[in-house]
Amino acid sequence: MAEQAISTRLVELLTARNETLASAWVEAVSRTLRGRISVAELDRELHELYTGLSAGLREGAFDWQGEAFGEVRALLTELSRSRARQGFTPTETATSVLALKDVLAPTADTPAQDIHAYLQLSKLVDALALFTLEVYAKTREEIISAQAEQLMELSTPVVKLWDGVVAVPLVGTLDSARTQVVMEKLLQALVDINADQAIIDITGVPAVDTEVAQHLLKTVVAARLMGAECIISGIRPQIAQTIVALGIQFGDIVTKASLADALKHALRNSSADLPVNGGQA
Amino acid sequence: MSGLRPVPDTDHQVITIDSNDDVVRARQLVRGLAQRCKLSLVDQTKLVTAASELARNTLVYGGGGVMRLGLVQRDGRTGVTAVFEDSGPGIPDVDQAMTDGWTSGGGLGLGLSGARRLVDDFTLETEVGSGTQIAVTKWAR
Amino acid sequence: MTERVPVLKIGDVLLVSIQVDLEDQIVLDLQEDLASRIVDSGARGVVIDITAVEIVDSFVGRMLATTAAISRMLDAETVVVGMRPAVAITLVELGLSLGGVRTALTLEKGLNLLARPGIDRPAQR
Repeated sequence: MAEQAISTRLVELLTARNETLASAWVEAVSRTLRGRISVAELDRELHELYTGLSAGLREGAFDWQGEAFGEVRALLTELSRSRARQGFTPTETATSVLALKDVLAPTADTPAQDIHAYLQLSKLVDALALFTLEVYAKTREEIISAQAEQLMELSTPVVKLWDGVVAVPLVGTLDSARTQVVMEKLLQALVDINADQAIIDITGVPAVDTEVAQHLLKTVVAARLMGAECIISGIRPQIAQTIVALGIQFGDIVTKASLADALKHALRNSSADLPVNGGQA
Repeated sequence: MSGLRPVPDTDHQVITIDSNDDVVRARQLVRGLAQRCKLSLVDQTKLVTAASELARNTLVYGGGGVMRLGLVQRDGRTGVTAVFEDSGPGIPDVDQAMTDGWTSGGGLGLGLSGARRLVDDFTLETEVGSGTQIAVTKWAR
Repeated sequence: MTERVPVLKIGDVLLVSIQVDLEDQIVLDLQEDLASRIVDSGARGVVIDITAVEIVDSFVGRMLATTAAISRMLDAETVVVGMRPAVAITLVELGLSLGGVRTALTLEKGLNLLARPGIDRPAQR
């Protein structure tokens, strides 16, 4: 039987009992999703898909990647993204599509030619299910990537301590990437908050290596170029030893043991309104 | 000069660098491509600044030349590549030129070492009496 | 004829606000203009506002340092204001020294700096 003929036959079958079949599909899926999606929403979703599928089969036979199935692909993409964002598993997502096969499954009474049509439909549904999974995977990746970025943002807060004084309390291990983010955020904050003094507190940083120390130094120099001064506070004895051992010169950068001391220093500076020198040694 | 010329994969543009206006144009073109490539603002600034240094070198030290610009792909990442070529005197002592603070003649440093720090990939080929070719790439993160 | 950057006088301070993409000739013209204006006006301070400048390469950097040196010789102090974070980060990576040029975050802070009586000559570190 020619492809077009098969798909025409399928469209007939789908259309003849469309209400029954579509509802059966909705029921099958809602069972697996255990009420986490409202039946009304599922109903709308799958009815639209059902209609789209019939249209696709009518216009484009089994070419699911073709233009005729554009609507179906769009609907599946939407469905998939929505499932991914709501935290459904890959299986639950794919089942939404695969359940259609059960609904149309041949029984003992089904004529031979219809079984053939069913097999073709089955292949189509499988392909669509895989497509759905691809979109799902991609959406999950995007979510994770956005979360990682958010985490990086949250863990480097720049706070305004006083007029003209901001602080960045760093906590946890610093790597090159994170330190660069800190540097950029701090410098931008100087502009946004109009602060000419910044306290970089490293009390919560267990260890500092050469690269991190260099980045901190660069941050201080960059702030100076912009017309602001940095104070580094919270340098613990071990870190001080490491920095000296590494031969890193902190030059005339002000360092304080605690954030409190650093704030005291900053406030003194701001009331005295000392001139800020620019440039680099 | 060896035939090892880095060629961009797409969006290939070539401009001559024979005047100050060309240096400005070079900056604008590099910036445009850097934005298309979605480089962060800091990375854009670094790349354009490096291009400015190198374009200026091509003009002043190399006696004029060309800049080839384009996008490159590697391991699923996209990057902007700029190649600066001249048929000038070449650089006699590369190590010295790449050392911070080295200047030639009228107090204008070659800025090569600085430019190198601003980009991700940096290659330099030079032959005294033949010319110089410097290629830089900045990758989108 | 290339554009020239306008130089304004506010009290005894000259203000230069750079809005254009800095071409070499503009940079050199500016240096010249400032020097003669300082002498003509008897200004004691110069503020160069680079808030709108997106790229500062070694040429521009040297111009800023040279302008400051020339001004100092003419008994006027220079302050560069409004440097963008991306520019600052790039300058540090470039290893460019502005040769002790004074900087301030904003125009207001820059003017305050110059208004202070008896400001020290910047220490060359």
